[in-house]
Amino acid sequence: MAGSDAAMTMPGAALPSGADPAARYRRREQALMLLLASPAFLIILGLLLVPLGWLVWQSFQADGFTLQHYRRILAEPVYWNTFATTFRISGIVTLAALLLGYPLAYAAASAPPRRALVILALVIVPFWTSVLVRAYAWLILLQRSGLINSLLEGLGLSEQPLALVHNELGTIIATLHILLPFMVLPLYATMQKIPGDLLQAGASLGGRPLHVFWRVFLPLSLPGVLAGLTLVFVLCLGFYITPELMGGGRTIMVSMLVSRNVELYSQWGAASAVSVVLLLCVGLIFLAVGRLVPIERIVGTQ
Amino acid sequence: MSEPHGIAVAIRRAEKRYGSFRALDAVSLAVAPGEFVSLLGPSGSGKTTLLGILGGFVQPSGGQVLFGERDVTYTPPHLRDIGIVFQNYALFPHMSVGENVAFPLRARRMAKGLWPGRVRAALEMVELGGFEERRISQLSGGQRQRVALARAIVFEPRLILMDEPLSALDKQLRETMQIELRALHRKLGSTVIYVTHDQREALTMSDRVAILKDGRLVQVDAPERLHDHPADAFVAGFIGEATLVPVERAGERQVRLGTAVLATSRAVPAGGPLFLTVQTEKLLIAGPSAAAEGQNRLTGRVAEVVYQGESLRVFLILADGTALSLRQPSHHAARGLIPPVGESLTVTLHPEDTIVVPERAAAP
Ligand SMILES: Nc1ncnc2c1ncn2[C@@H]1O[C@H](COP(=O)(O)OP(=O)(O)OP(=O)(O)O)[C@@H](O)[C@H]1O
Ligand SMILES: [Mg+2]
Repeated sequence: MAGSDAAMTMPGAALPSGADPAARYRRREQALMLLLASPAFLIILGLLLVPLGWLVWQSFQADGFTLQHYRRILAEPVYWNTFATTFRISGIVTLAALLLGYPLAYAAASAPPRRALVILALVIVPFWTSVLVRAYAWLILLQRSGLINSLLEGLGLSEQPLALVHNELGTIIATLHILLPFMVLPLYATMQKIPGDLLQAGASLGGRPLHVFWRVFLPLSLPGVLAGLTLVFVLCLGFYITPELMGGGRTIMVSMLVSRNVELYSQWGAASAVSVVLLLCVGLIFLAVGRLVPIERIVGTQ
Repeated sequence: MSEPHGIAVAIRRAEKRYGSFRALDAVSLAVAPGEFVSLLGPSGSGKTTLLGILGGFVQPSGGQVLFGERDVTYTPPHLRDIGIVFQNYALFPHMSVGENVAFPLRARRMAKGLWPGRVRAALEMVELGGFEERRISQLSGGQRQRVALARAIVFEPRLILMDEPLSALDKQLRETMQIELRALHRKLGSTVIYVTHDQREALTMSDRVAILKDGRLVQVDAPERLHDHPADAFVAGFIGEATLVPVERAGERQVRLGTAVLATSRAVPAGGPLFLTVQTEKLLIAGPSAAAEGQNRLTGRVAEVVYQGESLRVFLILADGTALSLRQPSHHAARGLIPPVGESLTVTLHPEDTIVVPERAAAP
């Protein structure tokens, strides 16, 4: 590409590009890279792009091309309400995860290696059990005659059993539990990379511990905070099993709207349209966050 | 300045144990107000540990630290009022140069209106005037080092600690900064304790140098004293460019090296193994005419001559197999005195320069 310019200004270098050994070598190199990457391309194409295309196509179909599914989403309040509930629950879960996860990650990052391992293990091990099992466990703990309610009544702290499940609160508690690792791990990764001597320097220059935390540690941990917030929020937007089990049919989230459209009404087009809107929301969130922090840091490749 | 701004520092039998390992063993050191003292020693000798005890990051296992009259052994770092320059600068990457330098002022709750003036003055002192708005990532290594220095002096601390602050710089910049640090110290009048493992740097900059080995202080002395009156074989070998040769006591002021007897102007210690310390610059090639009286003479064979730019190093093997080396300036006249490799060469060593040390100094 740059060859033509160079050829005009430098008559001596006016070789036809096909005869340029460097260019030939570069082309061979590129062909080889393409060949090596092709299995990955095929997988992405087959498992991601094709179904996605099919989803988008579906969302415009009802006996031929139509915009009716999208029009319905805009017009009917049930859709608006569900999206609002989903965003509210996700927001609450995300903030709660930050409030719980920050001190936890801080403890792990400032502890000696062995203790840090124990703390992280406590966060990650539940992660290995199935989401279903954990939801049922929470059901047992939180139900009217469950452990928590018996304990509260036994201690005389409450007269009647509290409604802890089959509502938004139950959904939030169980979802928070499942998504907490996605907050703690990026936070921990960021905090661990904050050099200890910056904190020592802060203290030696006269900063009280709180001052050093506020002016040095917290600002340097912000990329991790943003990564954790994004991950938890985005994952929560699409959560399905937990709200289905814990919400008692009253707390409807977007994913449940999709499943109902398919299972109850066989409305593939409507379900697809809801999915596409949710996908767009997630895409916009990543786009907005990506302007603040490179996406690679959020997904953890860096 | 009639009275130095600096504060006196006293370390009394400071100790640091990690398990059964003694990183510091009964170290005592008194530093006068306004003095520039270097801690010099090989890697792992406990320099950073000692500095950490002064800074409050390392809790001593025993002993005391006093700043002036005040016992600070258990005072947390932020109440010690010292400026520290860390080895890797430890500048805050999310703050501009100006914010970094203002950090100690903010931490001390100084009125905001006073910051800009103080920051400007500190930056000008390190010749970085006008750099307030720069990001740390936009600075060169030498500039970062200066910012770290400005941040450490902006609140006019009475004690400044530095941990190998120049080790990351290239030779030329390092030598410039050494002179600048020295000038800055004179201007500020603060007490400075400076860690380095570069003996040249320590000798260039310090009023006194404290030599550490395996967690113990071996010798604390002015640079000239260290070089010409080393306390033991370790210091003698560590300072300068010395060859240590085992010798035997042959009298009050005489030692025997092989078959030769050398005179020295200093009393030879009695008892224990002795070493003759031959610094490369103290051996002079004996001219044919100068049968200088009273000089020790050593004759050997030239084994090798290495050209090193401003000087040449000549390796000499004596008749009994002892290897010595000397330095000749690389100008024409001096080079002419070096015989070809394999030829015999006679050198002189003045009795004043004939340094005999014990293997280990008597415990102080
Ligand atoms: N936290 C620790 N636990 C165990 N041993 C330690 C610890 N910190 C330092 N040491 C040991 O104490 C000794 C002194 O360490 P120190 O860092 O003071 O050496 P130094 O003189 O600064 O060396 P260098 O020139 O390499 O920086 C070393 O042998 C080191 O291994
Ligand atoms: Mg060190």
